[in-house]
Amino acid sequence: MGNSSSMLTQYDIEEVQQHCNNAFSQQEILSLYDRFCQLDRNGGGFISAEEFLSVPEFAVNPLSQRLLRMLDGLNFKEFVAFLSAFSPRATLQQKIEFIFKVYDSDCNAKVTFNDMLDVLHDLTGQFISEQQREEEGCNFQIPYWNLESVYNLLSLDFDEICHNRSDKAFC
Amino acid sequence: MSGSEGKLSSSSSELDLDRPNIEDYLPSGSSIHEPRGKLRLRDLLDISPTLTEAAGAIVDDSFTRCFKSNPPEPWNWNVYLFPLWCFGVAVRYLILFPARVIVLIIGWIIFLSSFIPVHFLLKGHDKLRKKMEVFVANHTSMIDFIILEQMTAFAVIMQKHPGWVGLLQSTILESVGCIWFNRSEAKDREIVTKKLREHVQGVDNNPLLIFPEGTCVNNQYSVMFKKAWLLVFWKAGAFELGCTVCPVAIKYNKIFVDAFWNSRKQSFTMHLLQLMTSWAVVCDVWYLEPQNLKPGETPIEFAERVRDIISVRAGLKKVPWDGYLKYSRPSPKHRERKQQSFAESVLQRLEEK
Repeated sequence: MGNSSSMLTQYDIEEVQQHCNNAFSQQEILSLYDRFCQLDRNGGGFISAEEFLSVPEFAVNPLSQRLLRMLDGLNFKEFVAFLSAFSPRATLQQKIEFIFKVYDSDCNAKVTFNDMLDVLHDLTGQFISEQQREEEGCNFQIPYWNLESVYNLLSLDFDEICHNRSDKAFC
Repeated sequence: MSGSEGKLSSSSSELDLDRPNIEDYLPSGSSIHEPRGKLRLRDLLDISPTLTEAAGAIVDDSFTRCFKSNPPEPWNWNVYLFPLWCFGVAVRYLILFPARVIVLIIGWIIFLSSFIPVHFLLKGHDKLRKKMEVFVANHTSMIDFIILEQMTAFAVIMQKHPGWVGLLQSTILESVGCIWFNRSEAKDREIVTKKLREHVQGVDNNPLLIFPEGTCVNNQYSVMFKKAWLLVFWKAGAFELGCTVCPVAIKYNKIFVDAFWNSRKQSFTMHLLQLMTSWAVVCDVWYLEPQNLKPGETPIEFAERVRDIISVRAGLKKVPWDGYLKYSRPSPKHRERKQQSFAESVLQRLEEK
């Protein structure tokens, strides 16, 4: 779908659905398209960082800058693939992979101690000092994690997290 | 595609949407529901609540909804209805619209032929008036003002517009005591405060009309009343002089035309043309009970209370956002509050080790 303001054909919808591994139904893809066009005000075929930041709820999110790096220049197909981790049909594997990608900002398939500290810094701002952050992290320090070790770490107790949360949206 | 979204359970914010939860009543941060106890690695690594909020905002957010004009469902798609619709279009554009334009022109001729002589000959004509009343209404389009003018002449506080509207503002509306402001000017607030004070203290001035949302909203939602107006008001001595605030609720019926003026999408001229070529603009106006500041109530609480009264009457959903976020980013302090609450919960658990 070259021009974002044109209508989506059935073929396009199926292509997008395949690309995101059937994480969304066709109706959901249509809704997402509606939303994509709403956000993409200048009709460029992708949503710029400015346009994302014009959504106040997104702009106040501590991880918005990180996510913007991942969202930059995505066309509709890729946009839907990005959001597929949040679909109720997404597998645990996909969700953890998404979290891993958010941490791994240099895209080298490794999450180092520093990566973890960076994310913690985003989440806590100036309310935790440098030392406190390191103090927290140092108990867990290993040279780096790859996706498999992160998966092992998180999946063991993920069910527990899901049951304890009242908003089960991510699970 | 109608305005309703498909079922996406990823947007947990859909549930929280209409709950006022920002500024004075902040959202419960990212990890409030964390079980207590020793801080584990996975607790640090698990950023899913924050991510969920972000994805929720991307998919649907309560702010953008306020300014979305939902196109009506097309009904003229079958062979019986289509000619009927064509006939309707012909009537609207070739009969109703010219008739309205003629009435408008005649009205202007009559008005100007009385106004201009009177304006120049009888400047400063005094009128007896009771104590200052302030009317507060929700805002959907500039025609709100025209609709309310049927009741009495108001001194309205408006954004100064360019073009022919601006000309109207500086000539005719000036004579009823309207006050202009300019969103983009920094010093503007002081000027407006001064003008307001003069107006409120004047004995012979028209009642004030304020649209505290500060911008046009799509008549399904109401955004936060701008604190600035109430503080300006406060400083202008309005409350000390015993002004009462009369809330007015305006609700448009979308049966023939959607009266929401989406200033980002169309100019006022186009909007006016759209209204004048429709069958009718149907509108309900409720003049509600006057309110006073209760003892011990802050101006902000008062504003929220008035907004509540108006929203309930007009069937609007309240949304905790400032209308001016259309033009600017939210201040960093909102993000900082989220960060602070997360930091506090993490530190607390660190200590529990």
